[in-house]
Amino acid sequence: MEKGCQVQIKNQVLPIIEKNGYDRAMLIQILHDTQEKIGYLPQDVQQIIADELHMPLAEVYSVVSFYARFTTVPRGKHCISLCMGTACYVKGAEQLLERLERLLGISSGQTTNDGQFTLESCRCVGACGLAPVMSVDEHVFGNLKPDMVDGIIAQFSTEEQTL
Amino acid sequence: MINSTQYAHIAAQNAMTSADLKEIAQAKKKDMAVRFGSVQDHAVHILVCGGTGCTSSHSEQIIEKMETIIAREKLHNVSIIRTGCFGLCAKGPIVIVHPEETFYVQVKPEDVEEIICGHIQNGKKVERLLSKDEQGELVDKLQELGFYEKQSRVALSNCGLIDPENIEEYIAMDGYTALDLVLKEKKPEEVVQMILDSGLRGRGGAGFPTGRKWLFAHQASGDKKYVACNADEGDPGAFMDRSILEGDPHAVIEAMAIAAYAIGADEGYVYIRAEYPIAVHRLQIAIDQARAQGLLGRNILGSDFNFDLFIRLGAGAFVCGEETALLNSVEGKRGTPRLRPPFPAVKGLFGKPTVLNNVETYANIPVIIRKGVDWFNAMGTETSKGTKVFALGGNINNVGLVEVPMGITLREIVYDIGGGIPEGRSFKAAQTGGPSGGCIPASHLDTPVDYETLMQIGSMMGSGGLIVMDDSKCMVGIAKFFMEFMVEESCGKCTPCRLGTKKILELLEKIVSGNGELEDIDKMEKLASTMKTTSLCALGQTAANPVLSTLRYFKDEYIAHVEEKCCPAGECKALIRYRITDACIGCTRCSKVCPVGAITGQVKEMHSIDPAICIKCGACIQACKFNAIVRR
Repeated sequence: MEKGCQVQIKNQVLPIIEKNGYDRAMLIQILHDTQEKIGYLPQDVQQIIADELHMPLAEVYSVVSFYARFTTVPRGKHCISLCMGTACYVKGAEQLLERLERLLGISSGQTTNDGQFTLESCRCVGACGLAPVMSVDEHVFGNLKPDMVDGIIAQFSTEEQTL
Repeated sequence: MINSTQYAHIAAQNAMTSADLKEIAQAKKKDMAVRFGSVQDHAVHILVCGGTGCTSSHSEQIIEKMETIIAREKLHNVSIIRTGCFGLCAKGPIVIVHPEETFYVQVKPEDVEEIICGHIQNGKKVERLLSKDEQGELVDKLQELGFYEKQSRVALSNCGLIDPENIEEYIAMDGYTALDLVLKEKKPEEVVQMILDSGLRGRGGAGFPTGRKWLFAHQASGDKKYVACNADEGDPGAFMDRSILEGDPHAVIEAMAIAAYAIGADEGYVYIRAEYPIAVHRLQIAIDQARAQGLLGRNILGSDFNFDLFIRLGAGAFVCGEETALLNSVEGKRGTPRLRPPFPAVKGLFGKPTVLNNVETYANIPVIIRKGVDWFNAMGTETSKGTKVFALGGNINNVGLVEVPMGITLREIVYDIGGGIPEGRSFKAAQTGGPSGGCIPASHLDTPVDYETLMQIGSMMGSGGLIVMDDSKCMVGIAKFFMEFMVEESCGKCTPCRLGTKKILELLEKIVSGNGELEDIDKMEKLASTMKTTSLCALGQTAANPVLSTLRYFKDEYIAHVEEKCCPAGECKALIRYRITDACIGCTRCSKVCPVGAITGQVKEMHSIDPAICIKCGACIQACKFNAIVRR
């Protein structure tokens, strides 16, 4: 990472660590806040956190890699999250996943080459009454059938073009 | 950790006293009277469900639109209340109009004008938004729905009735009087005894008597103790705890304060999934309000009891629902389980004695104290007292949240409350206990639902997810689904769980792909028993339960996969083929939707599918209007 860029990142991360009282017990909260600010948690960022909390980088990384919500690589512009809870599975979430994978040409957990979409499956968003459910960014779509998926994704792709 | 400087800002200047509590309750009860049938003052209260399910189907836009129209029409007697979950998620978004208690279902923002101008201004109910009973008759009151008839709401008593973001509404429902009572009239050991006598058992899964946990922590020596709340509801398909926190967060705060008083703690943590933004938001509001009123902080309600409460977010790890893993995660570490003993009641958070209960367990505490041990004891069975909240999901008509007395039969839950199986299909199994539980077949539909009985039939109460499956579901596939979950979620600390889950999944994959052998079934059973006896925590010890229970009740399906190389339910892709029958009229719809061009045929002539190209996606079956495509 370039030096100027690193300074900029440090300026974003330091207030977060300060807000959480330089407390190691707050590490998970610090990682949440940092990821929300920067989008992901690359090694440089983890190093800053490790230095400020006076703990080894390995320990910070062990926490980052343990929890599913933390990512060390940037995500796409839109995040498609397909619920793979039991209720959604029973109502055909697997077919939705296949359709999405085919449509976007990526597998679950990957980002499209143009950086537009990240596809991931998640564990139960708790909207089981609407199963099967997927969300694109903060928009939730329920009672889905495989053929409805294309239209939803198109909606977000065209939104890009008109902007 | 707390010190006196941190406490200083918490000690509210106008900290509430018992007398204030009574005064607020009285005043607020008058305001809310319309919700209990009073027709005074021409007040109208419109309750809109603000649970996650209804919010996902645009209940926020409904509220916005209502506010606009009410302002436009200058209807000063109408209030809109955003409540927690009403339970009937399948029919959301739900709107209830008081005093008539009119129950509108599947309301859309464009229906709002008619509700306000038609119903509220002109007394004309919007019939098309009312639900219908089995005979097709319109039902316009919540209580008249079959869905609610067999339920008894204890933990959910305030959910869908009060505004969870308004502490006064909770106080009006006798909120914080249980805390007031124990602080004034009971010694800590008397509180512990009450919970012991109530017979309340942990609602998070294992069913350990709550009072015993409290007793151990009460007896443990130490100048610093903690209370903690497990809101890491990781069981996929379960949303009981989330709904309680969204609908009645103060009940959990009050209960945790009572627990803290009983064991001698002054600090508490709620560990909650980051996937539950609405619940986190409402809980934080509730904590802030309680602090501002002096119901958290120093000298609560004029006593010398101090207690404060903090939220800790999870980050997506199922194992953190295990109590010792959760404690590690609250401390900011990897959520791996610790060796037990020592148990958390002796050595828990930051090495100090800690009481850790689940959200629903806590939600039962204030009402037990208010209404008494005998009242609570009268509900349920000999060994399982009270009620249990279930999240009904899957292939069932009334998907939603239900609270039933312990000992009710599964049949009553599935058919009387759940409204049976949709699309004319039949019941095959109900899955309880999530990835640690098992599948219950139709032959056990009349089994009473309590901790012991569910164990005996190879499942468990679990946290309360209850997923119903119809006859189109392959039970080997379900076992594989849970095992995939477990492979991903095993924390990797101990070998039996880390490798056992992987090996069992490999064997299941072999079976569903048509390469299974009979000895694979024996191998799975052997692996399962090793995992049960040697895994470090409950996650590994129970991880094989979905396999064991499906083997117990649906072994013939496993054998069909292995010996006949066929999937009786028609779900396992490697074992099925799509074929077009002579019902085909050659409309070409199927060939147009086929993503890989596997379907050929002339217009108005029978089509055919090339099995070598077909990827078995099922798009053709969905597209065909003549039921001319079969899956075998």
